[in-house]
Amino acid sequence: MKAASDAPRTLLGKIWDEHEILRHPSGPSLLYIDRDMIHEGSFHAFADLKARGLKPRRPKQIFGVADHYVPTRGRTAQDAATPAIARMIETFDENMQWGGVRHFSLSDRRQGIVHVVAPEQGITLPGLTLVCSDSHTSTQGALGSIAFGIGQSENAHVLATQTLWQLRPKVMRVTIDGVLAEGVTAKDVMLALIAKIGAAGAGGYAIEFAGSVVRGLSIEGRLTLCNMSIEAAARFGMVAPDETTFAYVRGRHYAPSEQEWEGAVAYWRTLASDEGAFFDREVHLDAAEIAPMVTWGTSPEDAVAIDGLVPDPARFDSVDRRKSAQKSLDYMGLKPGMALQGLALDKVFIGSCTNSRIEDLRSAAAMIKGRKAVIPSIIVPGSTQVREQAEAEGLATLFRDAGFEWRESGCSMCAAINGDVIGPGERCASTSNRNFVGRQGPGARTHLVSPAMAAAAAVTGCLTDIRRNGGGLS
Amino acid sequence: MRAFVREASKVVVIPGMNCDTDQIIPGRFLKSDRAQGYGQYLFHDIRRTSAGALDEAFPLNQAGAETATILLVEDNFGCGSSREGAVYALVDHGIRAVIGPSFGDIFYNNALKNGLLPVRLNPEICRALADHLAHAKDGEVVVDLQASEVVLPGNLGTHPVVIDAFARDCILRGLDEIDMTFTFMEQIQDFEAKRLASHPWLDR
Repeated sequence: MKAASDAPRTLLGKIWDEHEILRHPSGPSLLYIDRDMIHEGSFHAFADLKARGLKPRRPKQIFGVADHYVPTRGRTAQDAATPAIARMIETFDENMQWGGVRHFSLSDRRQGIVHVVAPEQGITLPGLTLVCSDSHTSTQGALGSIAFGIGQSENAHVLATQTLWQLRPKVMRVTIDGVLAEGVTAKDVMLALIAKIGAAGAGGYAIEFAGSVVRGLSIEGRLTLCNMSIEAAARFGMVAPDETTFAYVRGRHYAPSEQEWEGAVAYWRTLASDEGAFFDREVHLDAAEIAPMVTWGTSPEDAVAIDGLVPDPARFDSVDRRKSAQKSLDYMGLKPGMALQGLALDKVFIGSCTNSRIEDLRSAAAMIKGRKAVIPSIIVPGSTQVREQAEAEGLATLFRDAGFEWRESGCSMCAAINGDVIGPGERCASTSNRNFVGRQGPGARTHLVSPAMAAAAAVTGCLTDIRRNGGGLS
Repeated sequence: MRAFVREASKVVVIPGMNCDTDQIIPGRFLKSDRAQGYGQYLFHDIRRTSAGALDEAFPLNQAGAETATILLVEDNFGCGSSREGAVYALVDHGIRAVIGPSFGDIFYNNALKNGLLPVRLNPEICRALADHLAHAKDGEVVVDLQASEVVLPGNLGTHPVVIDAFARDCILRGLDEIDMTFTFMEQIQDFEAKRLASHPWLDR
């Protein structure tokens, strides 16, 4: 470790410096990686290790959890949608056993979506570097860590060496001040941000979220913010750790023990960006201007307020943008000038690493108000622990009574590779993070919304402004 | 890893901003072993009609496209999912370089690890190249990493390949990064011993 410089540093800069083993003369840092999270899709990295005759070098710093391919209607590989999908789950278990890696299999009570489970178990901590071969690893920066998605080649490199060669990203500070209106959530903040800066807007940057709104958010809300950083092209989302973070982390299984606690917290308090630290770009959002948001197109940047209209592609400023917007509208079956509010839906999905934590489920439950889902609507808790908590709080009963399907935890209809899909041409209000063409199944049409907006859509059958009439309750 | 030194080829233009990795390879194909080849999945859904037949309008399906090894793409190509399968699909199809205004960061890194060179050129040059190729589709582009330049057809000129020196050296030599990092193992172990001593909870 080198001597700390006197120059003010950012949160990212401090953690980066702390993990830099050396800097190559040609630029990149050799970063020490504290934790690597594995899921079923990591099988290529294990094949690479085996071909080289290597094993995971530091198995204690690797954690596995099955999430992408797991069935949501049962808890054994035999419940999987197809034999090929079941094989993915079995291969995961075999690789974890081969590598001596601690893992939470399908039937484990600690199982869930990797980005929900890692914070929940105290695997994600302030000041760490954490990677996972999943782009939404940005989620975990919410606890004040450097957390980022990698590919399988990089994953094999981490397994073999516990390090990565990385160029230090630029840092964009996104400051959100003011007070969020009733019904406006972290999800809406992110959709508003991405609409403002674009889906490529933060390419090459890490985003540090700051401002009174961020300070006031729970860890669940901060995880949602950081989760969708990648949809603005930022590989890293971060929030400086504070009392909210420490209270969340304390007592979790892989967190520092009570004897170690004060020392750990004392260090974590030093991580916040220094006064006067340099940010390569500053973006400000006024909370009061953010409404509940919904996407109309096939990129997360295609987002407007729920009381807005489908835009006219002819009014976009570049040829490429006009063409892309028109293609999106054709795919989505929408016309310029249509109101989004009232648009009829076929399905609702509440889940994903963006919005499947207990707070998300409470917020969805609060919108139901004794009504029934009028279209097929499924709820997939982010982890088995979230599921158990929701059952203990009575939310599961409330959802079931209202006609929602209450499923087992996993990525489900967000990645749509476990067999849970939206049919061709069907329109879905989804709390996930990507409205890409075919993301939820070939031909599926996705409208990204918050959990409360999704729940209101389920009971009204259409996109609904939750600020009005109690969410469409006439 | 296969080295990238120089590539001269016709160019296929893939339209669409924010072409995410789900478009490059849909998620349902990611279960496949690499040994089966991922080229068959490249742009699987967007190069087909809803009935499943190859769509003649898609650039990769047009006559002459099968021999092209360079793609021209739009802004933010390879955004979204970190799936390295997107790069496997391009490489297994025979693509050696992708030229565009910007790339998803994870895709960009994945490409470099597989001998696929992502080349960032400014948006005006990309647009001019696309316009040129619309009229002269056999126009050849030369990507010369040794010389760090891209030679475009017509009067579009020669442009520098902007890439960090470390990545350039690795892909130019086809270096195996894991083997290279092993040469630093002593420093890694020293660093690690101190880190685990000060953060004992990482070692449980």
